[in-house]
Amino acid sequence: MNMLPPALRDATMEACQPWARFDLTALQWSALARDPVTLLSAWADTARVYALYRHRPSGLILPVSVAPDDGSYPALSIWHPVAAWYERTIHDLWGHVPAGGDTRPWLDHGHWPQTAVMAARPGPPSVAAEPPEFQEVGDGTFMQWPIGPLTAGIGEAGHLRLTLDGTRIVRAESRLGYTHKGTLLLMRGKSPRVAARFAARLAGDATVAHSVAFAVATEMALTLQAPPRAVALRSLMGGLERIATLLDDLTSLAGLLGDARAHGYCGEQQEYVRRGLAGAFGHRLMMDGVVPGGVAGEPDANGLSVLRQVLDGLAESLLAIRRLFGNGLLAARLSGLGVADRQLVETLGVEGIVAEAGRFGGDAAARCSARLDAIARDTEACIGLLSALPEGPLAIALPANSGEGIGYAASARGTVWHWLRLDHGQIAAVFPTDPGWALWPLAEATLAGAAAGDAAAIQCSLGLPVSGMDL
Amino acid sequence: MVRLPRAEPVQAVDAETVASLKQRLDAAAQARLGHGLAVRHVNTGSCNGCELELRALTGVLYDLSRFGLRFVDQPAHADVLLVTGPLTRNLRQALEQAWDATPDPKWVVALGDCAVDGGVFKGEYAVLGGPGAVLPVDLTIGGCPPSPARILAGLRALLEANSP
Repeated sequence: MNMLPPALRDATMEACQPWARFDLTALQWSALARDPVTLLSAWADTARVYALYRHRPSGLILPVSVAPDDGSYPALSIWHPVAAWYERTIHDLWGHVPAGGDTRPWLDHGHWPQTAVMAARPGPPSVAAEPPEFQEVGDGTFMQWPIGPLTAGIGEAGHLRLTLDGTRIVRAESRLGYTHKGTLLLMRGKSPRVAARFAARLAGDATVAHSVAFAVATEMALTLQAPPRAVALRSLMGGLERIATLLDDLTSLAGLLGDARAHGYCGEQQEYVRRGLAGAFGHRLMMDGVVPGGVAGEPDANGLSVLRQVLDGLAESLLAIRRLFGNGLLAARLSGLGVADRQLVETLGVEGIVAEAGRFGGDAAARCSARLDAIARDTEACIGLLSALPEGPLAIALPANSGEGIGYAASARGTVWHWLRLDHGQIAAVFPTDPGWALWPLAEATLAGAAAGDAAAIQCSLGLPVSGMDL
Repeated sequence: MVRLPRAEPVQAVDAETVASLKQRLDAAAQARLGHGLAVRHVNTGSCNGCELELRALTGVLYDLSRFGLRFVDQPAHADVLLVTGPLTRNLRQALEQAWDATPDPKWVVALGDCAVDGGVFKGEYAVLGGPGAVLPVDLTIGGCPPSPARILAGLRALLEANSP
């Protein structure tokens, strides 16, 4: 307990697995925010506002909460800029006001039949859909370049506002929330087994990661453990999903930069993996394959051996792919493109590919290299898992108990966190955290100073997920 | 002074040969290139699953261009709006603007279970339940998400129906 930050020493502890939650006073809540902590997520339910931190000196994971006083709680964004979008989301969905924070709408664009839809008493609809306000830059003589919400190519829907000085980006500001589908309200009040379908549809390229994090959070809340065969299959599916998603990233980037050879080669490998997944797990994305308590079904034995051959083939072709990205025009385009600030990567709590790339210069070339390293690692790990899958049951039954739990899983973009509270087998409150929450602010900072023509390639190289954070 | 040599005047080409060649070229072009569709993808709140499969479809293994199918960036250049997602209320205006910007004749394809009728999100406060809620939909391709092969089969059916 000595490792605990001083702000938590007298705090009330609430049962939450595997990390106890500290229920704080407003004073303790603000004091903790000033400690050396990285904010991983923030959310709310009808009665409380929650935050999830990593304490940097000790590495401890700290879930904390505060009860709003007269509807308002101290804003964290004063100390943690990354909290701003969480606070706006909390205000849009639950109506709690961040004192000293930003209350401009984020998810609520003024089109919903109600405001504060997750609150105990939702409000009347907001009067008019106002066009979003963007921060003024300079004396207002700069050119504004609005991109989206429908963007070129085949991608997600979001708006990016670039302020240009000539061809140089002075400032980039994003506006998301377009793909908000009301997932949290759909999950509330359902059994974890039913709600798992929504967790699996938060982000198509991280459906396994979100499903695993959700399942683990459920199992933690019920103090259960999935059987060994299910745990191994989840690792395998998670690794395969990361491989396919990372190959998709490389394919898209090569396509965007006009390298037909790299585009074709990576796309081919990705398609073989997807076909292998369809053969083994019955679904090209493995959607709904992971359920709370275990996994949904037995994979096809023949499909698994085909998958093994696909992975062997991928391992062999990685060197050729690496050459395509490391030489010639593609390398020249990627080198020095979109250098992410290392300090900011740490402050925002960015993980995964973008954080790894920081060690090699932090540009788009380093991110491609980090992706290839990750593909190689995951391929090796998946081959190992395939040859030593433990036997046994696939899932356990879930009792209709109460509890609170946190689960996490690695997606291709970073760590996915799920928190939930169960009330007699039903979800009383839930919040999934997608890596996008940290990546988008980093993208805004990375775009500033870059050439306008490079914006699409920089965004693509960072791998920015939208749907998972639009909820 | 040296005079530069000039090309000699020639007689007009044989009109009959031109007509016959033109006829053959037209027939070949009609058969090979006559039916093509330009497709604009419109994301109305998808989870990115349908987009993954659409991107896979643009890869070398499927080679869309041999069927005359191609993805375009502007609705103004499109024949088909390929709509994914349950149509969130926040994207209704964007879809309507894309529709208005697409010249006639145009087709709307609802791709994936979400776009067909809202899918698992049907009836939720933030969604309208697919493009069918605001636009006439010509073709639905179900699946969560539909595989590239299934998407291709749907688009080729539209192509056949649309050929002269």
